[in-house]
Amino acid sequence: MRAEQISIFLENKAGRLAEVTAILRDADVNIRALSLADTTDFGILRLIVNDNHRAEEILKKEGFTVGKTNVIAVEVDDNPGGLNQVLDPLTSEGINVEYMYAFANPNRKNAIMIFRFDNIDKAIKILAKNNIAVIKGEDVYNL
Amino acid sequence: MPIFNMDFETMPREALKAIQLSRLKTTLEKVYATVPFYRDSFKKAGITPQDINSLDDMRRIPFTTKQDLRDNYPYGMFAVPMENVVRIHASSGTTGSPTVVGYTKRDIKTWSELMARCLAAGGATSRDILHNAYGYGLFTGGLGVHYGAERLGASVIPVSGGNTKRQIIIMKDFKPTILTGTPSYILHLAEVAEEMGVSFKDLSFKAGIFGAEPWSEAMREEIESKLGLKAIDIYGLSEIMGPGVSIECIQAQNGLHIFEDHFIPEIIDPITEEVLPYGETGELVFTSITKEAFPIIRYRTRDITSLNAEPCICGRTHVRMKKVSGRTDDMLIIRGVNVFPSQIEDVLMKSENILPHYQLVVDRSGNLDSLTVKVEVSDQIFSDQIKNLQNMEAKISKDIKEYLGVSAKVMLVEPKAIERSQGKAIRVIDNRNI
Repeated sequence: MRAEQISIFLENKAGRLAEVTAILRDADVNIRALSLADTTDFGILRLIVNDNHRAEEILKKEGFTVGKTNVIAVEVDDNPGGLNQVLDPLTSEGINVEYMYAFANPNRKNAIMIFRFDNIDKAIKILAKNNIAVIKGEDVYNL
Repeated sequence: MPIFNMDFETMPREALKAIQLSRLKTTLEKVYATVPFYRDSFKKAGITPQDINSLDDMRRIPFTTKQDLRDNYPYGMFAVPMENVVRIHASSGTTGSPTVVGYTKRDIKTWSELMARCLAAGGATSRDILHNAYGYGLFTGGLGVHYGAERLGASVIPVSGGNTKRQIIIMKDFKPTILTGTPSYILHLAEVAEEMGVSFKDLSFKAGIFGAEPWSEAMREEIESKLGLKAIDIYGLSEIMGPGVSIECIQAQNGLHIFEDHFIPEIIDPITEEVLPYGETGELVFTSITKEAFPIIRYRTRDITSLNAEPCICGRTHVRMKKVSGRTDDMLIIRGVNVFPSQIEDVLMKSENILPHYQLVVDRSGNLDSLTVKVEVSDQIFSDQIKNLQNMEAKISKDIKEYLGVSAKVMLVEPKAIERSQGKAIRVIDNRNI
């Protein structure tokens, strides 16, 4: 039920993000979702792509530091309180969200949220117990 | 581990000092008579060799510096006619004109013996096969080790530096048991071996004797774990003789025994030039007391260390110098605190348990110095979470403050962001224009 996310270390300087996306473009890798977390000196680019293996390989070859992390992709209803339906059961069981980002689901009128939890196994169990749909990794890559 | 020259290497210190004094007096008389530079400098100081009647009197003798050697380029410091010189070596001269040194037949014999003592102290015997990856040529490393290995009776592979892939094949096929070279080249060898799918653990090495550049304890740990051998530090410089001036014993690996029957070491305060007692850290100064072609008196090495005359478990009585922690030229003074790149290296090793590439950048705004430590983010220390990376920055910064007493901003940078010069990272950028 996990999706794999790749993360890239970037110095905070002009044009760096465009270099990464150009490398992925030239390798024919498509980006499904992304988020950029930044500080004054550096940033971490997190990506869900259609071909993790290829993306990791090509970025490492170009000298980037690349990490891989397991995240969970969850469909969230597009109405008030949609996100709370997902978060409330997790909060009540003491699960902490390290970070999250969202993208629009191209197939349905709802959003897909990518979550990074401190305890991913427990989070998956809680979501299952509450009948919240977790999207399989492959399905996210191939949206 | 047998001691190569039991009589001299384990001599009681009192007897050693008596030999030192008599050899010192002979050397001083000789340089006074044959080297105009020394005659002039003694005269300026108002002394003659007859005034030196104890080892304590040495402090009346003026120092010799690298600049003095350059001023007498190429042969001005030689104490014998050229017909008695059988070998010439020279330093690289990367920071000025090179310094040229010469050896008589007897000097080569002495050097070979001292190098043989070193190899024995590092665990080598006549049954060993020695892979000598020090460069052969004007640099003293290659030939110095080579002659010592032959004197010991070991089998030397004179492979020299470079041609790294071929070296790996030779290591696999010839099965050498002792490895010699500069630590940075040895780490490069290890990387290339890994790329070629060769594990050092499957090779036959039991010990490595590495030197000719300062290297930290952290680097030793890395070499020992990567190569699966005992890494022994050897010290020397061409101005004094070449490799073989001092060596760690494999038993203690704790300080390098200086062959005091041939050299007299002193530690001085690099600023006041005062002689410091055993145990205190300062600049290492050497006087040679048996050399013929290129005797050298109170030479300031610019290497920073301390001396320890306590008995060693190996049985050698010769004083031990601590692993060189840096050079007076590399020393940065930041807001009054002395900082060496090697200290930062130790902190990074302690803090993150790996040795990333790093660089110290010193700036001055107004009258205030600031130190930035750039650290390359490798896969091992990377995290997808900002807070982990920020915690790491904060921890390194705190550790630097704690161990070195200086505040530093830690800045994470991308791999290869730190400039390399001939494969070696540039460790210090000082923008202060002092």
